[in-house]
Amino acid sequence: MALEVGGKTVETDEEGYLENRDEWNMDIANAIAVAENLEMSDSHWEVVNFLREYYEEYQIAPAVRVLTKAIGKKLGKDKGNSKYLYELFPYGPAKQACKIAGLPKPTGCV
Amino acid sequence: MSQLHTVNKSPLERNALESAITHAVKGNALLMIEDGVYGAMQGTHKSAMVSDAMSDIAFYVMGPDLKARGIDEARIIDGIKIVDYSGFVALVAEYDVTQSWL
Amino acid sequence: MSETKKFLYVNRKAPYGTIYALEALEVVLIGAAFEQDVSLAFLDDGVYQITKGQDTKDLGMKNFSPTYKALGDYDVNKIYVEQESLDARGLTLDDLLPLTWEDEDDDWAEKDSIKVISATEMAKIMEQSDVVFSF
Repeated sequence: MALEVGGKTVETDEEGYLENRDEWNMDIANAIAVAENLEMSDSHWEVVNFLREYYEEYQIAPAVRVLTKAIGKKLGKDKGNSKYLYELFPYGPAKQACKIAGLPKPTGCV
Repeated sequence: MSQLHTVNKSPLERNALESAITHAVKGNALLMIEDGVYGAMQGTHKSAMVSDAMSDIAFYVMGPDLKARGIDEARIIDGIKIVDYSGFVALVAEYDVTQSWL
Repeated sequence: MSETKKFLYVNRKAPYGTIYALEALEVVLIGAAFEQDVSLAFLDDGVYQITKGQDTKDLGMKNFSPTYKALGDYDVNKIYVEQESLDARGLTLDDLLPLTWEDEDDDWAEKDSIKVISATEMAKIMEQSDVVFSF
């Protein structure tokens, strides 16, 4: 599969995850979000950026339980719960936010 | 015929390095690659075996494999030369026969 | 709630020469979702998996050593390293990644996950496990 962003073609796998993580930029993130029927708000970006930082440090996209706990620690308890994260990313924060962040599907996410 | 022996197994898991050293003769070379590079480290239970063989055999180790495994060059046994991929090719060209100890 | 079992993952292979180390790490991370009592053992060449300073750029392979540092986030904080295996390889605790976890019940205090133990103690840990996965 592929995604057209600003006249450029970006390769994705059959589920829409970027083939090449290095190609990621904010325009691509927005394009993936549109394909997922999401409009990116500051709150969405906060989670997406957090995931990118987490991946940079640990070379892994965290499982949702780990993401929830870590978000709670970094951004506050009101955000560190699955209700908040599922409101932002209805099809699963780990899955959907990782896709927008240009990361692979989280390990342990089927 | 002059031989180059390559070893790609950790000497602490398999006996490939030990066997290669036993069967190499004076004037041969031995190149450690992949997990074989652990054999180039100082202070292991196999270091003495390598040092003892150095009078007869020229030892080489793959730099990129050392780096991948976090082995600092300062911890390599004295006398082992670090080579890169082109150095590997040069060794293969220099010796008549290459034997891989798998 | 089902009964919690003691899981032990035994790591005995060096990281890049074979796929065992990476596969084991993925199994541990996936298994962590089941909230069991998980311990990791590193012995023999497995101790090479958690050494510092790994850099695989020139090999074109993924350096997965930073991922061990995420284990604490997955509530995997019992990491046993065998002393004899370190000794045989000329390694000490200083050569290993500082693996830690944060104790939520202790104001997120950072605590060490690694315990260096003897082969005899390792045998006991193996003996006391309900489920053992060996890689």
